[in-house]
Amino acid sequence: MTTAELEAQAPGAREETTSARLVRYLSKTPVYLFLAFLGLLWLVPTLGLFFTSLLQPSVVGTSGWWEILSEPSLGTLDNYREILDNEAITSALLTTLWVSLGATILPIFLAALAAYAFAWLEFPGRDWLFLIVVALLVVPIQMALIPIFSLYNDLGLFDTILGLILFHTAFGLPFAIFLLRNFFIGIPKDLLEAARIDGASEMRIFLRLILPLGLPAVASLAIFQFLWVWNDLLVALTFARDTQPITVAIFSQMRQFSANIEIIAPAAFVSLAIPLAVFFAFQRYFVEGLLAGSVK
Amino acid sequence: MSESVTEAEALARGLPPDDEGPGIWQRYGVVALFLGPALVLLAVWVVYPTIRTIIRSFYDRSGDEFIGLDNYQTLFSDDTLLTAIRNNVLWLLIVPALVTAIGLVFAVLLERVRFSVAFKVAVFMPMAISLFAAGVIWRLMYEKDPDQGTVNAAIAVVKDAVSPSGVLSAAQPSTDALEGGPRGGLVLKTPLAAGGVAQLGLTGIRSSDVPADAEQAVVPEPLQGGITGVVWRDFKPGGGTAGEVEDEELGLPGVTVELRDDSGRSVLDTRTEADGTFAFEEVEAGSYRPAIGPDTFSEPFAGVSWLGASLITPAIMLSYIWVWAGFAMVVIAAGLAAIPRDLLEAARTDGATERQVFRRVTIPLLAPVLTVVFITMLIYVLKVFDIVIAVAPGSVQDDANVIALAMWRTSFGGINDFGLGAAIAVFLFLLVIPILAVNIRRFRREV
Repeated sequence: MTTAELEAQAPGAREETTSARLVRYLSKTPVYLFLAFLGLLWLVPTLGLFFTSLLQPSVVGTSGWWEILSEPSLGTLDNYREILDNEAITSALLTTLWVSLGATILPIFLAALAAYAFAWLEFPGRDWLFLIVVALLVVPIQMALIPIFSLYNDLGLFDTILGLILFHTAFGLPFAIFLLRNFFIGIPKDLLEAARIDGASEMRIFLRLILPLGLPAVASLAIFQFLWVWNDLLVALTFARDTQPITVAIFSQMRQFSANIEIIAPAAFVSLAIPLAVFFAFQRYFVEGLLAGSVK
Repeated sequence: MSESVTEAEALARGLPPDDEGPGIWQRYGVVALFLGPALVLLAVWVVYPTIRTIIRSFYDRSGDEFIGLDNYQTLFSDDTLLTAIRNNVLWLLIVPALVTAIGLVFAVLLERVRFSVAFKVAVFMPMAISLFAAGVIWRLMYEKDPDQGTVNAAIAVVKDAVSPSGVLSAAQPSTDALEGGPRGGLVLKTPLAAGGVAQLGLTGIRSSDVPADAEQAVVPEPLQGGITGVVWRDFKPGGGTAGEVEDEELGLPGVTVELRDDSGRSVLDTRTEADGTFAFEEVEAGSYRPAIGPDTFSEPFAGVSWLGASLITPAIMLSYIWVWAGFAMVVIAAGLAAIPRDLLEAARTDGATERQVFRRVTIPLLAPVLTVVFITMLIYVLKVFDIVIAVAPGSVQDDANVIALAMWRTSFGGINDFGLGAAIAVFLFLLVIPILAVNIRRFRREV
């Protein structure tokens, strides 16, 4: 639209739309109010945990978290200081961090390698093998718990960070391979052929060409896998005893829930602050990952 | 020359060259290098355990004796496990449908307004939180004591607005001049006529329960043609005479006093003043018995025990819906945005009402998206574990049980029966396969 057109249209049209807009907004006030109410309703539980985590230990058993709103003096940061001094909690956070990083980088790298082979190398039985790998998506984690528990006891992998990483890696692979292979296959064939004719090795093509081109897919996969592992309870509860991730550390406090609220609440809040930050930073990758995650 | 062309071609396609020799092995070596690590991990951590678990499910607890289908028989006869299966069926029937419906409502509401980002973020945020942390959050929300549990506190506020709890829930009569109980109220034994004065003494009231505006109790003067009286706390620190209004004894304000006729019907009622006095000014001839109304003694709201055996499953479902509604909303909203405007406009021009447009045009066009959300939820719900183990206290985990939780508890949570645990895992596996088959087919179509 040119400026002339804009000017010609402007005076009358703008006046009309302003009043019309006002009417429209007013007629929608109930919807806005309802949405505001719902939004608040959805926020309350998380805020409740946060304010509970701030309650002084002396009042935590007698006061509700909402009292902190009218009486801010009930709040304290001591609970957070306390858990950051608590060696069991800090080492659990570190364990979670290492497991999450390891179980994100390793499966994605291995899956990218395999996906490249499935997409761009030719060998007999390729499509067949790919189908089998995709079919492994249906295996629920529960199917592996018992035999791996015995295997880990024999191999000394029980209660180790490596054991947790390998388990998450294996169960992250089928989906990662599936997704990356479908992404890689969309990369223009000419690029690859040109590189091959130039005499580049497959590994070089993979590292220099395919991985950079596949970065969007890799990124969304990485975010989802990281959160998946960070938030895991089932695997950690089964294979960790002393080297426990934060979810297990909190879980073990929950046997005496009311007595331990001043540890549970701040620890739970710290444990969800990281995923929350990741979520706010990368919102748009999130939904895709969740849709895909159902096949895990 | 021609040979070098084919070689280049083969090279470009990643094919092993035609000729035998070191080339072909080098080619397969490359394939092995790329595929090997992933395949080894999958074989050891996924394929082998799956086969092992299936075999293990036919053996007894120790793993030494083959017992055929006995574990599967136990699965369908053991009370705890049957509860788990029944609960999981309830989960499957209720939760995916509700999540999809709520997501649809939210998405449609969102369509109608601008500046909806804050709402979207608020509703979607629980998705980023782990189901376990969500469980911790809701365990707090569901505390029974209305002073602690948010849900019960909210109910208490509503309930107090509708029917306030009694002023004196634990009060007792101080002498046997009063009869009755908290249910029907306390009634004066001797009937009074106009001009009478009633003294209604109560004890068993903690100082903290005495209303703050209470003043020294006073026995009111008799009233011509009326009935007066006092309700007071008949308790004097350090002694005193029961049934007598004395110094330092407080009147009880805000108590409902009824005047009952011979048949026990309440004809008049009033409330006491700060000094505990009350008056019925114009009373018809006859004899009446004043009574302290039962609502004075109604217990304050003690809280719904959400975490008790009977409500635990609905309570957990509610928290689960809180987590997933945002997911459904975002996916369905994307679907809504993709519906061509002209289609809706065309329907409207043809004279369809908004409701008809929604039911006949929007919903059918949204069907694929709704199906995606529904199936995704089915799979997640089938394997629900973290939130159940987090919300349900140990004592009600038998009542809140679901298949995945039963599998874990049977195998690792103290019972340590790997045979039965394996059978439960296989059962879960069998349930997942048909849903996932549909999902993967959809996925392959899409990508």
